[in-house]
Amino acid sequence: MSGANMPLLSVEDLHISLTTDAGRFPAVDGVSFTIARGETVGLVGESGCGKSITALSIMGLLRDPLGLAGGKIKLSGQEIQNLPASQLRALRGKRIAMIFQEPMTALNPLKAVGTQIAEMFVLHQGASWREAESKAVDALTQVKVPAPAQRAKDFPHQLSGGMRQRVMIAIALACEPDLLIADEPTTALDVTVQSEIVDLMKELCAARGTAILMISHDLGLVTDTCKRVCVMYAGRIVEQQDSERIFNSPQHPYTQGLVASLPRLGMRARHGRRRLTEIAGVVPGITAYPVGCRFHPRCTRRTEICETVVPELTALAEGSLVRCHHHG
Amino acid sequence: MTGFIIRRLLQMVPMLVAIALLIFVLFSVIPGSFATGQQDEGLGLDMAVVTRMRLELGLDDPLHVRFGKYVAQLATLDLGISFRSRQPVADMIGARMWPSLILTAAAMGFAIVIGVPLGFVAALRPGSLVDLGLMIVAVSGLSLPKFWLGILLMYLFALTLGWFPSFGYGDGGLYHLTLPAIALGVSPMALLARTTRAAVLDIMNADFVRTARSKGMNEYRVVVWHVLRNALVLVLTTIGLQFGSLLGQGVVVEKLFAWPGIGSLLVDSVFQRDIPAVQGCILVISLFFLVINTSVDIAYKLIDPRIRYT
Repeated sequence: MSGANMPLLSVEDLHISLTTDAGRFPAVDGVSFTIARGETVGLVGESGCGKSITALSIMGLLRDPLGLAGGKIKLSGQEIQNLPASQLRALRGKRIAMIFQEPMTALNPLKAVGTQIAEMFVLHQGASWREAESKAVDALTQVKVPAPAQRAKDFPHQLSGGMRQRVMIAIALACEPDLLIADEPTTALDVTVQSEIVDLMKELCAARGTAILMISHDLGLVTDTCKRVCVMYAGRIVEQQDSERIFNSPQHPYTQGLVASLPRLGMRARHGRRRLTEIAGVVPGITAYPVGCRFHPRCTRRTEICETVVPELTALAEGSLVRCHHHG
Repeated sequence: MTGFIIRRLLQMVPMLVAIALLIFVLFSVIPGSFATGQQDEGLGLDMAVVTRMRLELGLDDPLHVRFGKYVAQLATLDLGISFRSRQPVADMIGARMWPSLILTAAAMGFAIVIGVPLGFVAALRPGSLVDLGLMIVAVSGLSLPKFWLGILLMYLFALTLGWFPSFGYGDGGLYHLTLPAIALGVSPMALLARTTRAAVLDIMNADFVRTARSKGMNEYRVVVWHVLRNALVLVLTTIGLQFGSLLGQGVVVEKLFAWPGIGSLLVDSVFQRDIPAVQGCILVISLFFLVINTSVDIAYKLIDPRIRYT
């Protein structure tokens, strides 16, 4: 592939296994997707479907009992899944940065937030602490924290949830990374603050040309933020579509269930009064994934083939992909 | 910060009164009398002498009046006169204070210098041989009684190897201090090693450590920049509690090594029924505990910004 067309990140046939006393279990099973420079991609699914560990594997931060069991992760064409620790550290924070769900526990309670941002400049730009601290104030200004010079001296417990998440964004974007992985960045926040944070992320990343991999259980949030959405279920990607289309023509029964369970503005005016529906059942645990299509025990369209044969990812029009024997 | 320290120091006052009350009540309810207790085995007691002493010591006053007098007496730093030596108890304790303090400090120093790094190393390599070795040392250190450990140390290092004297204070230098300090310090060392290991393991799994790794830090920086201080907050509690109780725990070791500290004074005074001396020793040991605890609280405030003024 030539430089211009080469995706920024390409995850190919990623397998992550969970090792327990009872054996090894496939937590993530053959996940593939790509992200182009500056593109925004969402990864959606219920808790425990493997979204976060997919993200951690890209960062090279999987820890026991989880481990990479196969597949390739390429950053600008370079395979990074087997890089030595020191080279991986040089990428982390500098080219790929990550924001975590809970900004209270993700920040060190005993360090001023300014210092925690400044660390990035010391680590990756060889700045002196004094230089780095003043750059940290600039970074706080960019994430629109009021009175940044004073706030830089504050400790995490002195800031509100939204302010803390702004600090996390400042840390993540400090070295202008190529890719920002946001793992449920707004889940722990008040609804009113959520959209502020998402807008801020989008705005700053667009200005820097930073691509976003947004991980969330919230389909609505992801379609608002991202150009393309991958839906994950039980360790596999079951559907991939453009955000614009996924709401109107979800192909996989699971995605259809997700869409039907979401309240949407203007629905009642357009379609009349309708009940929101839920998907019956719960996500199976990693140690108890069903054979065949992993969604079949909860699926309304299941037939015999679903219980034995794993459906392939099928390409549809407009670059959409779906993994279902009875899609559409 | 200054306000916090002053407030914390003022909080010691009611605690001190409570300690005085407890000691006073304790010695008022135990069988026997101050007066008869001064006579050997109560044999051949002259009732005239007993009556005179009851008057002299004010033992016929109501309890609250006697407590009032006791507190008033303490307020002037007067701990009473020893029944045996007829010296002021304050002077006797004063003479024993320094040996006790250096023994306690040396034992605690040993415990911190050995225990905390051991715990750290074990936590960074959980499940390794170092970790396993530490667990063995820690469990044995906690289970060995101090007097027995002291005898073992004496046998090995004094009698067999002849490196250190088996007992005595000498000039109070390291030569005489080493064995009793180790005998006293092994159990807090073992406890500190285990607490440190648990604290560090706990912090290593914290979200902010994952954030630190996601920033591209090497493990050394992760530990020094983010783990160390957070683990210290947890370890400090154990250090404070151990340090505070060490002066009291020193009783056995001081007696064993004939160390002229407050512990051996306390034991001697008990055997001699020297009640003012016993009271004085207990008071000073409690006061020490209180002072250490208050210092730890102030240290918390210095390390952890989340601690509020209370």
